Amino acid sequence: MAKKPKIGMYWASSCGGCEIALVNLHERILDIDANFDFAFCPCLLDTKKKDIDAMPDGDIAITFFNGAIRNEENKEMAQLLRKKSGVLIAFGSCSSEGCIPALSNLHSMEETLKTVYLENPTIDNPACIIPRPETDMPEGKLHIPAFFDRVKTLRDVVDVDYSIPGCPPEPHQIWNVVDLVIQGGPLPPKGSVIGAGSSAVCDECERKKEDKKIKRFYRTYEIVPDSEKCLLEQGIVCMGIATRDGCGALCPKVNMPCTGCYGTPEGVFDQGAKMVAALGSVLDLGNTKSLSEDEIERRIDKLIGSVPDYAGVFYKYSLAASILKGRSR
Amino acid sequence: MSGEFEPKIVGFLCNWCSYAGADKAGTAQSPYPPNVSIVKVMCSGRVDPQFVMAAFDKGADGVIMLACHPGDCHYTEGNLRALGRHRMLLRLLEQLGIEKERCVMDYVSAGESEKFVKVINDTVRAVRELGPFRPFSSHSGK
Repeated sequence: MAKKPKIGMYWASSCGGCEIALVNLHERILDIDANFDFAFCPCLLDTKKKDIDAMPDGDIAITFFNGAIRNEENKEMAQLLRKKSGVLIAFGSCSSEGCIPALSNLHSMEETLKTVYLENPTIDNPACIIPRPETDMPEGKLHIPAFFDRVKTLRDVVDVDYSIPGCPPEPHQIWNVVDLVIQGGPLPPKGSVIGAGSSAVCDECERKKEDKKIKRFYRTYEIVPDSEKCLLEQGIVCMGIATRDGCGALCPKVNMPCTGCYGTPEGVFDQGAKMVAALGSVLDLGNTKSLSEDEIERRIDKLIGSVPDYAGVFYKYSLAASILKGRSR
Repeated sequence: MSGEFEPKIVGFLCNWCSYAGADKAGTAQSPYPPNVSIVKVMCSGRVDPQFVMAAFDKGADGVIMLACHPGDCHYTEGNLRALGRHRMLLRLLEQLGIEKERCVMDYVSAGESEKFVKVINDTVRAVRELGPFRPFSSHSGK
């Protein structure tokens, strides 16, 4: 029997949801096993870094790398897996564009560590210990991986062949990618976003869409939305308009707004800026003819003031890959 | 070159009113600081917020958007759409560490060369006081 090509999956700064998405292939996971040798996946298999170290370069045919680059260990594993993999795929939102971990780019490293280790209401840390790369102990120096001052994407630290968006990627899209490789089909050009569409979620969303004029914004708990009508037209901040399709518009289907996990559509560089472009131009200002310039401005400010956290909403998943990448200091 | 900080400012000016206003200031030989690089756009509504982000990322210390007065837009309400975006963008930029004085929107008609000069003067002065903008992407990254 010919040797099967190897496949690997690694988690850096992530939640484990990407592995769950892979397991959600259900019986098809057996098809992966039939076609590939599952060489490395710390979440699901007892495989160690030294196993990877021992492999020749390029020995793993495909590596799905999920998780953002938060610390030195994440970076080291990214560099190792780049060397040992034929095709390295940024798998999921964290490795592609930073996702939730990258929201800490709105704060300094010191603020993040202070919140997590000192001010968190559920923490008990009377000695006020904050982790640091080196600690002197009677037995000698202890080392832990250094924490970076910002969250990076996989592409920021190594050469990446493809990315699969999503938080997490939809299983049927994971299967599309795996199946393409199994069938030996021609692979898309390097750098492509695969396992997704190229347009916006609105293209897949079956809700009725009419002219958009927003009178006021609602947060999801403030309104029971009409189940047929476009959520944005009802004043709910739905990110579908600035988010890549491919998920099947799952959230709008169940009356919840898209929060943007599939990232930017083809040709868009900044999801937050595009949301500003979309929402800022559909505000219903009513008749402005009799208003002074200041009064128009106040009317707009009143309308948009009900959204408390624009960066958190518009960059929930894509801050590390956005144009400005974080908060300037 | 003196050691004093000279702000780099990108100005997006609408073709129909503000660019003509700037032109008039030029024809009248009104002096104003040379810190603003002008980009002519057909309408202030054409200014994609991505342009503003890209300007800051590529080294601008400030951005100015100039539009027709409300009611005077060549395309009826492109300027109002630009205003809606600008007000929202200011909130987003604030969270990204960019002060509102660095991103200005105002109205300049084709006849208002004096107002054009005033907006440029005021913005250059305000940005000079704030100092250079250092985008997050230029931080050490460690």
